Amino acid sequence: MPTRIGIVVFPGSNCDRDIYHVLRSVMHVEAEFVWHKRDDLHGYDAIVIPGGFAYADRLRAGVIAAFSPVMQGVKRLARDGVPVLGICNGFQILVESGLLPGAFMRNDSLTFTCRWTRLRLSVNGSRTPFTLLLEKGRVLNIPVANQEGKYYADEDTLREMERNEQIIFRYEDNPNGSIHDIGGVCNEQGNVLGMMPHPERACEVMLAPSPSIHGSASESGYGDGMLIFRSLVSYIEHRWAS
Amino acid sequence: MPLYRVNVLIENKPYISDPEGDTILKDLVIKGGYQQVRSIRVAKMLRLEVEADTEGDARDMVRRMCDELRLYNPMLSICRVESVST
Repeated sequence: MPTRIGIVVFPGSNCDRDIYHVLRSVMHVEAEFVWHKRDDLHGYDAIVIPGGFAYADRLRAGVIAAFSPVMQGVKRLARDGVPVLGICNGFQILVESGLLPGAFMRNDSLTFTCRWTRLRLSVNGSRTPFTLLLEKGRVLNIPVANQEGKYYADEDTLREMERNEQIIFRYEDNPNGSIHDIGGVCNEQGNVLGMMPHPERACEVMLAPSPSIHGSASESGYGDGMLIFRSLVSYIEHRWAS
Repeated sequence: MPLYRVNVLIENKPYISDPEGDTILKDLVIKGGYQQVRSIRVAKMLRLEVEADTEGDARDMVRRMCDELRLYNPMLSICRVESVST
């Protein structure tokens, strides 16, 4: 059965087509857009919630989108163990939906920050479907682009997340003031991952502005972001096979 | 049904850093000669007009709504609901 991935689209999403391009033209898997008014997401092997400015970040990034019908469907799939990836604004929406712990604040710089970052995997790759092919400690070069990207969680929540191995990525070069350098977290089960950097912008070497940030996957012609999507597809194919 | 004015004040918990408030204090207020100002915290206020039987009902309904629809993120912020006499 072919892998079929749904890309959620809200009014104001703007990285949906980048993800579509990566999944269809680079990964060669089936991907389709899912409008936010749909709540039946039956049949998708994974869901990606892209970056952008859903509802123009009004009130607080992600909060209005969190109450849309599609998030009811995403919550049902997440409960059933289907992989859900939220990137940037998608991460904010997952946090505001309660699928991931924490909160987001304006960057320490108070400005929109768009630059390449180095992201270290803090757990074993098998912890989430999106990191399956990575070894613990692996550093990925992936760019961030956000204004409300400073991750925050209180001490009790951080302790619990540490205990459950839910802190997946840490910045080597914290771009926004995120607490404990956190750049990506998962739910307890491990099937829902939120990450601030944009792996879809780091899949093709031609998108990286200098060889020093091509990443270690570049010998194959791909950037480090590709490892996230390859891990996901490999996880889905393995699940079908077993 | 009478109309009541209710204000919702959303501010970050006191121990959360506030770079915007700090910048206003350091780079505008103190440099502008108002050294007596010791701290500034930026908050958000929503002004609501609400139909309800009583002022108390209006306030209770707004409080419930703020919690249910996450008008504030309880991990980060506190939310005060105050009715305004007209």
